Amino acid sequence: MSTISLQDTHHHDNHDDHSHGHHHETFLTKYIFSQDHKMIAKQFLITGIIMAVIAMVLSILFRLQLAWPDQSFPLLETFLGKWAEGGRIRPDFYLALVTIHGTIMVFFVLTAGLSGTFSNLLIPLQIGARDMASPFLNMLSYWFFFTACVIMMGSFFVQTGPASAGWTIYPPLSSIPKAIPGSGLGMTLWLVSMVLFVASSLMGGINYVSTVLNMRTKGMDLWKMPLTIWAFFLTAILGILSFPVLVAGVVLLVFDRSAGTSFYLSDIVIGTEILPNEGGSPILWQHLFWFLGHPEVYIVIMPALGISSEVISVNSRKPIFGYHAMIYSLIGITILSFIVWGHHMFVTGMNPLLGGVFMITTLIIAVPSAVKTFNYLATLWRGNIRFTPAMLFAIGLVSFFISGGLTGIFLGNASLDINLHDTYFVVAHFHLVMGSAAIFGMLAGVYHWFPKMFGKMMSAKLGYLHFWLTFICAYLVFFPLHFLGLDGVPRRYYAFTEFEFMQKWLTVNVFVTWAAIIAALAQVAFLWNFFYSIFRGKKAPQNPWEANTLEWTTPVEHLHGNWPGEIPTVHRWPYDYSKPGAEHDFIPQTVPFSETMSSNLPHDFEGNTEAEEIQKAWDVKNKPVQDAE
Amino acid sequence: MSLKKLISNKTTAALAVILTVFANTSAFAQEAAAAASAKPVDMGAIYKTTLFYVLLFLLLCLFIAIVGKALKVYELTRETEGKPEGINWNTVNGVLFAAFLVVGIYGVYWEYTVHGEMILPEAASEHGKKIDQMFNITLILTTIVFIVTHIVLMCFAYFYKSNGKRKAYYYPHNNALERIWTVIPALVLTVLVLYGFLTWRSIFYKIEDPNNKPISIEVTSSQFQWDIRYPGADGVVGKKNYKLITSINALGIDFTDKNTLDDQVADEIVLPVNKPVRFTLTSKDILHSFYMPHFRVQLNTVPGMTSYFEFTPTITTEEMKVKTNDPKFNYLLLCAKICGTNHYNMQKLVRVVSQAEYDEWIAKQTTYLTNDLRKEFKLPVIAEPTTAAPAVADTTAKDTVAQTNQIALKK
Repeated sequence: MSTISLQDTHHHDNHDDHSHGHHHETFLTKYIFSQDHKMIAKQFLITGIIMAVIAMVLSILFRLQLAWPDQSFPLLETFLGKWAEGGRIRPDFYLALVTIHGTIMVFFVLTAGLSGTFSNLLIPLQIGARDMASPFLNMLSYWFFFTACVIMMGSFFVQTGPASAGWTIYPPLSSIPKAIPGSGLGMTLWLVSMVLFVASSLMGGINYVSTVLNMRTKGMDLWKMPLTIWAFFLTAILGILSFPVLVAGVVLLVFDRSAGTSFYLSDIVIGTEILPNEGGSPILWQHLFWFLGHPEVYIVIMPALGISSEVISVNSRKPIFGYHAMIYSLIGITILSFIVWGHHMFVTGMNPLLGGVFMITTLIIAVPSAVKTFNYLATLWRGNIRFTPAMLFAIGLVSFFISGGLTGIFLGNASLDINLHDTYFVVAHFHLVMGSAAIFGMLAGVYHWFPKMFGKMMSAKLGYLHFWLTFICAYLVFFPLHFLGLDGVPRRYYAFTEFEFMQKWLTVNVFVTWAAIIAALAQVAFLWNFFYSIFRGKKAPQNPWEANTLEWTTPVEHLHGNWPGEIPTVHRWPYDYSKPGAEHDFIPQTVPFSETMSSNLPHDFEGNTEAEEIQKAWDVKNKPVQDAE
Repeated sequence: MSLKKLISNKTTAALAVILTVFANTSAFAQEAAAAASAKPVDMGAIYKTTLFYVLLFLLLCLFIAIVGKALKVYELTRETEGKPEGINWNTVNGVLFAAFLVVGIYGVYWEYTVHGEMILPEAASEHGKKIDQMFNITLILTTIVFIVTHIVLMCFAYFYKSNGKRKAYYYPHNNALERIWTVIPALVLTVLVLYGFLTWRSIFYKIEDPNNKPISIEVTSSQFQWDIRYPGADGVVGKKNYKLITSINALGIDFTDKNTLDDQVADEIVLPVNKPVRFTLTSKDILHSFYMPHFRVQLNTVPGMTSYFEFTPTITTEEMKVKTNDPKFNYLLLCAKICGTNHYNMQKLVRVVSQAEYDEWIAKQTTYLTNDLRKEFKLPVIAEPTTAAPAVADTTAKDTVAQTNQIALKK
């Protein structure tokens, strides 16, 4: 919270400059219950960063346990009390750690922290709108999210501990407190938090979709939108269609837990106590959960892909290669992501026939993903690459997306999944493709739009340090884990001490834990850079990266409404970088073709014959030599 | 108020807090050590190590800060001298990408050869061989793509780094290229899908060979154990009903079903080599996963639902010991679905032996039906509500017959 109040002091200096003519804003309406999309974006970002740090610390805790299962760390007892009696993390708390780590990272950081921040910031700014369609709903969205975070963290302070049935909370484990202590009050809090989270995410999503559809500035047709907006737009649609299913599932689980219903429960005996539930099926939960859960991983990765498209294009000083193909592949991913959820369930006892079908749809979705990767590579080709920190992270994203995507081909194949399911291979796979790639997309976004958010520049050199340490350590952490999976080591094991064949991986675990600790410490470079630069960073110029999109035409000092005068009109697509014949290597979207006669290309006019005639006449007059060539 | 002052004040405050925390905890530790004199643990050393690492990290931060300042000073002097910027970070990062590529490819090679050697031995089952073959094909294809795309990515990063003189090549699209890299992955994936689909079908849709009927074995999972039920002489695992579970009938076996009478208890899974075996998987409490990595077998056990996995083991434990050159090698059954506190230690020994050894072993296993259970099931009150009265009478009669047989056998 201190960060938010400090942030206030910074903005106060500028307050008076731009509040003329606006209604008077109090501290409460400007920083707490703000309805300005830029402020809400910052709220999402800073909350997301705090949650990310918490989840990262949790991961270090369980990595310590995995690396040194027999060692006592009295310091842990100091901080965790009974959860780490004698300085050793207890097995049920270990499971709580992995559960909450996963939940926070997937939902609170990579969904809300990523989509929430950048959709809020960029949708109005890049399509040329003064704010979201419903600023009030937008504010509610943040506060529901914030409440969800508080409740989730609150579960650390209940007697029986936080939810600990894994982030997928498969019942019956999650519905029977006798099966694991975490399924007591901790699980109730998890469920409440998740309902609030979904409400937040829906309010956000509806807002994003309606803003993109209704509030684009003059000239900004759908095919002139930056890929970031396309990604956020499709992500929001995906969220709107899939998140309610999770709520439905959660509500049924709440009934099972509290009202004695049997949606997911049947034929259960705990010890010798026969539970009365009959007729339900745990598989039903898995269908409902993964109907959200699989689109969810695309909800996580698509904004990151959108951000990296923009960042790679700007910093290669080249148009993104295959703009239309990029959009079609995003649309393809969006549609296909609804019919692949069963690949999480190949070995759950689901009818094998379904397994075959889901295998086909799953491997089809690899095609649009491959197209995107190749398009990124083609964008880099013969570029004029500027390695800003954002660009480094975007390239890192492409690398992770390739590595993690390729291991997905193994897991998407039902036959191979038999032996890889629920092993470390899966852990390695999704931490690369969903974890690392998405977080790199988010970091690329933070470095790239920090000047827009805070009007200051971050230190590039610290950014380089941050990138290289994180990039290398992420590979050091996750690459070896694949081999544990290939050796049949299941995930969510508290210790590798009970199995003879796992002993040989103990040294690898120590190595991985050290790499994870270094990666975690590298984030200090980022946190320092981020918070320090908010207050003491160099003042940002209006368009620091020489980019084309609309957000860089707004003044550096924020104002509610974004543009002081009229909203600019859009004349061209956002990727006119290094256009031959142009004066500069970038032509902002607001520049009409009439001002760039020397660089216009026939297809710029989209079949407008009148414009083509004018251009032809101009060409004859001004470019006779070039024509002869 | 200057922010710098604030920050430095804050830093000192934070340092003070950290120091007091450490001082307090070490005091605690000393008390604890004094209290638990039975096993004196020198916690002080551990605190010192923690403190040591924290100080090391702070020192590192200081070092980085100094390097940063030095760089700034260097760049500023270059600027005042009117020379171009001191360090070309574009070049530095480009070169780092190239270096990353070289070191990375070596790292991948090292991983494949060193850690790749530590993975599971060859599949010990018929279908497992198919899975391994498919795995190898997928591995080769993906490794090629992985290496090639990374060479392209990192080389582009190296070669096309800005030097301030070049202009990028305006190349917005090329439909032919797009088509190529849509169609080629699509074709490769189609091949993999078809192959995978056929293998998948061959694993789960088995045509039963009347001359080589599989052995039925039932596995019941519960927190945190596996209960194994062999079918006995009749080759059929009898019925069970979770409502019959008591402290002496832990699986809820329905002994009114005559097929249950000869069902045998086993505390390990023993399988004859080259004979198909069909596992009937059930769960008593929550989800578990029946995972036998060496045979490439995994299926969840679901309460309220029965699932089946049929396969044929092809290598005996003894042969595998020789093959892996590990005299301690054993096949294992693990739980792969998070199931609670002892999830990490829910194991069962699996042995694959010759038919003769199997016959010898199975003869020694006792039945589930004990004298206690016999008494319990002879009582008319235990007749379950669904069973009609004549059926009860019928089965009790049979039960008595079985009992006498059993007694005769024991004599």
